[in-house]
Amino acid sequence: MKKVTYRNQISKILGISLVVLLLSSFSLIAQEEGPCGPGDAAKGKALFNQNCAACHALNRKMTGPALANVATRLSEDEGLDCDWIYSWIKNSPGKIKSGDAYANKIYAEYNQAAMTAFPTLSDQDINDILAYTAAAPAPAPAATEVAAADGGAADKGGVSSEVILGALVLVFALLVFMLMSVRKTLKRVMEANGVDVESEEISGVPLWKAFAKNQFLILVSVILLLLGGAYFAYGWMMQVGVDQGYEPVQPIHYSHRIHAGDNKIECKYCHSSARKSKTSGIPSLNVCMNCHKSIYQVADATLAEGKKYGIDYNEEIGKLYAAVGWDEENQKYTGESKPVEWIRVHNLPDFAYFNHSQHVEVGKIECQTCHGPVEEMEIMSQYSPLTMGWCVNCHRETNVQVEGNEYYAKIHKELSKKYGVETLTAAQMGGLECGKCHY
Amino acid sequence: MASNKKYWKSEAELNPNDSIVEALQQNEFVEDIPVDEFLGDKETLASTNTNRRDFLKYVGFSTAAASLAACEGPVVKSIPYVIAPENIVPGVANYYATTIADGFDFASILIKTREGRPIKVENNKEAKVSGGANARVQASVLSLYDSTRLQGPTANGEPVDWDAIDDAVKSKLKSGKQVALLTQTYASPSTTRLIGELKAAYPNVKHVTYDAISEEAALAAFEARYGERALADYDFEKADVIVSFGADFLGDWQGGGYDSGYAKGRVPKHGKMSRHVQFEANMSLTGANADKRVPISAQFQKVALAYLYAQLSGTSASGELDASVTKVLDGLITQIRKNRSKAVVVSGIDDINVQTVVLAVNKLLKSEAFDPKAPKYIRQGNVKAVQALISDMNAGNVGALIIDGVNPMYSLPNAAEFKSGVEKVDLTVTFSQNWNETTAVSNYAGAANHYLESWGDVEIKKGHYSLTQPTIKELFDTRQLQTSMLKWLGSDKSYYDYIKETWNATILNGEDFNKAVHDGVFVAGSNEMMESMSDAPAMMSTDDDKESADQMMEEETVVAAGVSVAAAVRSLSAATSGDGMELTLYSKVGMGDGKQAGNPWLQEFPDPITRVSWDNYVTVSKDDAARLGLINENVANGGLDGSYAKVTVGGVTLEKVPVIIQPGQAKGTAGISFGYGKKEGMKAEMQTGVNAFALYQGFNNIQSVSIEKAGGMHEFACVQLHKTMMGRGDIIKETTLEIFNTKDHAEWNHVPQVSLNHQEVPANSVDLWDSFDRSIGHHFNMSIDLNACTGCGACVIACHAENNVPVVGKAEVRKSRDMHWLRIDRYYSSEESFEADNIKKDEFDGLSGEKGSLGGFGELEDPAANPQVAFQPVMCQHCNHAPCETVCPVAATSHSRQGQNHMAYNRCVGTRYCANNCPYKVRRFNWFLYNNNDEFDFHMNNDLGKMVVNPDVNVRSRGVIEKCSMCIQMTQKSILDAKREGRPVADEEFQTACSSACNSGAIVFGDINDKDSEIAELKENDRMYHLLEHVGTKPNVFYQVKVRNTNEA
Repeated sequence: MKKVTYRNQISKILGISLVVLLLSSFSLIAQEEGPCGPGDAAKGKALFNQNCAACHALNRKMTGPALANVATRLSEDEGLDCDWIYSWIKNSPGKIKSGDAYANKIYAEYNQAAMTAFPTLSDQDINDILAYTAAAPAPAPAATEVAAADGGAADKGGVSSEVILGALVLVFALLVFMLMSVRKTLKRVMEANGVDVESEEISGVPLWKAFAKNQFLILVSVILLLLGGAYFAYGWMMQVGVDQGYEPVQPIHYSHRIHAGDNKIECKYCHSSARKSKTSGIPSLNVCMNCHKSIYQVADATLAEGKKYGIDYNEEIGKLYAAVGWDEENQKYTGESKPVEWIRVHNLPDFAYFNHSQHVEVGKIECQTCHGPVEEMEIMSQYSPLTMGWCVNCHRETNVQVEGNEYYAKIHKELSKKYGVETLTAAQMGGLECGKCHY
Repeated sequence: MASNKKYWKSEAELNPNDSIVEALQQNEFVEDIPVDEFLGDKETLASTNTNRRDFLKYVGFSTAAASLAACEGPVVKSIPYVIAPENIVPGVANYYATTIADGFDFASILIKTREGRPIKVENNKEAKVSGGANARVQASVLSLYDSTRLQGPTANGEPVDWDAIDDAVKSKLKSGKQVALLTQTYASPSTTRLIGELKAAYPNVKHVTYDAISEEAALAAFEARYGERALADYDFEKADVIVSFGADFLGDWQGGGYDSGYAKGRVPKHGKMSRHVQFEANMSLTGANADKRVPISAQFQKVALAYLYAQLSGTSASGELDASVTKVLDGLITQIRKNRSKAVVVSGIDDINVQTVVLAVNKLLKSEAFDPKAPKYIRQGNVKAVQALISDMNAGNVGALIIDGVNPMYSLPNAAEFKSGVEKVDLTVTFSQNWNETTAVSNYAGAANHYLESWGDVEIKKGHYSLTQPTIKELFDTRQLQTSMLKWLGSDKSYYDYIKETWNATILNGEDFNKAVHDGVFVAGSNEMMESMSDAPAMMSTDDDKESADQMMEEETVVAAGVSVAAAVRSLSAATSGDGMELTLYSKVGMGDGKQAGNPWLQEFPDPITRVSWDNYVTVSKDDAARLGLINENVANGGLDGSYAKVTVGGVTLEKVPVIIQPGQAKGTAGISFGYGKKEGMKAEMQTGVNAFALYQGFNNIQSVSIEKAGGMHEFACVQLHKTMMGRGDIIKETTLEIFNTKDHAEWNHVPQVSLNHQEVPANSVDLWDSFDRSIGHHFNMSIDLNACTGCGACVIACHAENNVPVVGKAEVRKSRDMHWLRIDRYYSSEESFEADNIKKDEFDGLSGEKGSLGGFGELEDPAANPQVAFQPVMCQHCNHAPCETVCPVAATSHSRQGQNHMAYNRCVGTRYCANNCPYKVRRFNWFLYNNNDEFDFHMNNDLGKMVVNPDVNVRSRGVIEKCSMCIQMTQKSILDAKREGRPVADEEFQTACSSACNSGAIVFGDINDKDSEIAELKENDRMYHLLEHVGTKPNVFYQVKVRNTNEA
């Protein structure tokens, strides 16, 4: 995937560093005695996110149980001590095998999915994590507030230009109004003083009359007008049926910016059929659930970003769960699914055959070449005109990826001899023939 | 002389006092048109604000507004899977091996599915037997999407639950009164076992197998000789001499599937090819392919067979034969005697004596092509059992009748008797895909699965098993009979599990079931072979006994309660004709027994012989037609019209059967095909033809008939009106094996000469154009071997399916607006052979006189009484110098470096100039929008039927020309697959729909720049020629000269 430069990068970095700064200063304060001995909650959080977060959350059931205050709860409700926790985390399958009652109960409760063993975690690491689970819920709102406030501040740059423009327009409007009123006042003053305003205008022939008398000028300007009109008419007509910039509202607000941009997910991870099929394929919902089974809500900063677009990303994830029939509470598929009716953005007419795999796999063309900076698009829009001229231009300019492809071995040798060139464009390969795309 | 007759248009005219009539004589309208009311009133006119100019402004504005509004693109929705199936990638086709076994057609095939929809039938190349799909099997995928299918079980036409049917049947099973299963031939080990279990659980169950078109005689003869109700298998590839007495073995004779082996033996290799002599009454597809065709009635065929047997066995047979027939037979006998085991004799006459003698002859010859040890099981119908069942029903002995896969009310000659029987049966349940004549008289109609929705297994030939697997979930609330039977047995097993159980227990012998499902076919392995080998010695010894018996010419070779051969021969030579004419009932390549009569592809498929679509008819010889006053004529609008005839067989009369005068029809005989004349549950357009099953008395395909002229003329939809080639020898080049072997190819494959600088030079050496360099990359060519092509037409339907070719209906076909991209031209010779035609034409001298061209050409137009026949598939020839390309005003058709002539539909403006300029007449014009158009209410007019559309090919709109693209979507796919995998394309990967559908190997497609390819080799073949070479179009399709084996002795 192509690297892209991020807009508002500086402000974003500023904002993020501010959040980090605030959080770290807070966590310094948060250091305290953990349930199984002293633990560093900040370190614990890092470890938690690294090792546990895929299956556990603090306050909700996921693949595994919620972990807020887990040590306290275990000792109070089940009478299990810290040693039990250590041995469980380090080797949970062993614990289950050993016939431990609670271990087996948990195992059964969570669909007999054994927890991965973490032999590499030291007792101190576990203490840190436990400290985090014991302390975590409290700071969250504070951080959110700060982040939200900060995010707002960081985003001012984007909003302000519009505000400035608006203000400018207002100023100009005021200026015009003021000038008009000044003129009016002056006129009134002049009238009051008895100065004859009209007289000076009569002298000389008005410009438009002089123009009207000069036939040559008229002819030239009519021709120019017609030509200009034709130019724009042609331009306008050529737009008919071209939906460049088409940006339909989708049933689920899916942000390519977050997925492909922020999270750098490879395009073809979701659009896998682009590798082998003519269609790139809209991902089926089970592909979404590969990640969203555990990503049930977005980070607070992201949520705040969403406000900019008037979108609550968490609600959108809820829509996905509703469509795929995922019962968040019980971490189970209900079987009641409702396919999502996406609105197709790129529509080629039936008479044009386009094959993604040809371009993506064989031609090794970046998705962005045709689809534009998708990783910056909050809402997917049609970047390229998708006209035949656009296709043909690219076929004329793009070289065929012949290296290492046995198919081209013979044909490349012969064609380069024929044209006397080392690299061949798609057009030289016959990529401009009608029947290559129209059948 | 002036006539005093009074002509009148309506009764009112006869009344002299009628005022309206009076008024109408004077005026066009009875009342004055009230134009004055608003034109005469000046005031109103003046006061209206809308004058003419305003009106035009409004019209202009609204048109502009409407067209601007139309510029807005529609919102297209895309709905992905919620949970994507593992093996489905949208846009990539999956293939599944399955087997059709609908009781008439049995074939192991591959099904191409896209996004879960079956869209095309391909041949299963792994199958050793019946791996080729004929035209009907190719078209069967469309029957899956038939909008007239039953969508759920019904009781007397009202929807019910399956439980209702189950309960009704179960109570009848328990009642103890006879429950009869009347079914098609399944040849299915699992179904046989299942019915056996049902019988064991309920002894009152009786199973009767019924074939609409019966092979009773052949089955009985085989049973008598070999103790098993089956059909001997034949491998025509191994035969050097093929003698057929009325057996249409390239058609549906004994279940068909013989064309591929036959075609292999027909291509001259090392100067040798098989010789095929056909004795028949109707002009059949097989007869058309024969080297020598003798048109005689079935009665004389019997005598001839007796003569042949007697001569070969050294006995004598009485019976009168025409001297010319005897001459042919004597020649044949000499040939056969040279190498007895390389000859084979077959017959299609429904007479146990004939079939007994045929088996005896082949045994006597020790024919290598004849295989009675591993017989075929695909016809098991038992006529006696069916008749017994009907009398049982009429006697009130039957408590319940369960029918599956057959339509007796339509296909029984004694349907009335059956109907009265059904009325006396307490419960009738009919499993059927469509509402038909039988469901109409049944209490319950069980909506049955299409075979593409079903599980199943077939033993087509002994030891050769095939599996049917569903390629799509049931579209409707349908169920196959086997599933119901399991329910009736109280089992909760699925039929899939049941089949698996059967196979694991009795067939697979430890092999993997999933592999068998994957392959679609399974040949009993080595272990099984060992077992049969251990059986074999016993078999062999009995065979040997018989042979020695035959050789000893013992008169009393009575086999297991059967007919003695000698007695059979005696009865054959004594065969006498009935009164009047002799009728041979046959099945058409396109319609078979009529199971798929609602399939628009098949209805529009032109019969290979008569080239008539959308009809059946009675075929008569020219002499008989003249005697009976029957005519065929081409009328001014280009259509073919034919007289109607009244056809009577044993008291049953078909009124108004259209007549086709068939060259090659034996004198005194007539033919009518089965499968037409269905009415119940059919769309109006599909109710074509007459039902010949009414004449199928005693399940005998030979009947005595009387034919009379009836009033009126029938309008045919015939796609080829010109029957002969008029001696233009360069369209179909033909030679004899003798010349082919002895002379230089320049003589028998003569390149047309053209004049260059006043010198005669070969046409292919002259070129008006600068040729493009096509030596780099792929250059596609297609070879069509006229020797291997049997004219079966599987390619035509395959092309329809692959390229979304629309169906246009009878009226449009009659106007020559058929859309077939690939047609198979059929030519008759005017003299006794095409060569004689050429000679006659070359010898024309002057306009009139003995050898005048004026009368001569007229004579050449008329096919001979027994003509030679040739088939020639013609599609776009993809000319390198294409005449169509140069005349297109918008460059919509252009040439590619790969040799394909492209057609950009979106560019075409429909001038049809290209079609005019095409010397091969292969371009088709879309006169109408054929999809979503109620005027063309075929599959493309409903959502269900549209599921068969190939998503890789455009559906054309009105006003554009279309034509064969050489399946560019398939070649492009092969290239892309190779590119993606980074490898060169293998030769066999390049296919077109027609080349991969061709069972006989007549159509070969490939890249001639690949010097090792089959096509490159074929291009260098001495038999290679181009169609209309002198035009200089340099086509990329070439043909191979037809060679006939005319060695008489």
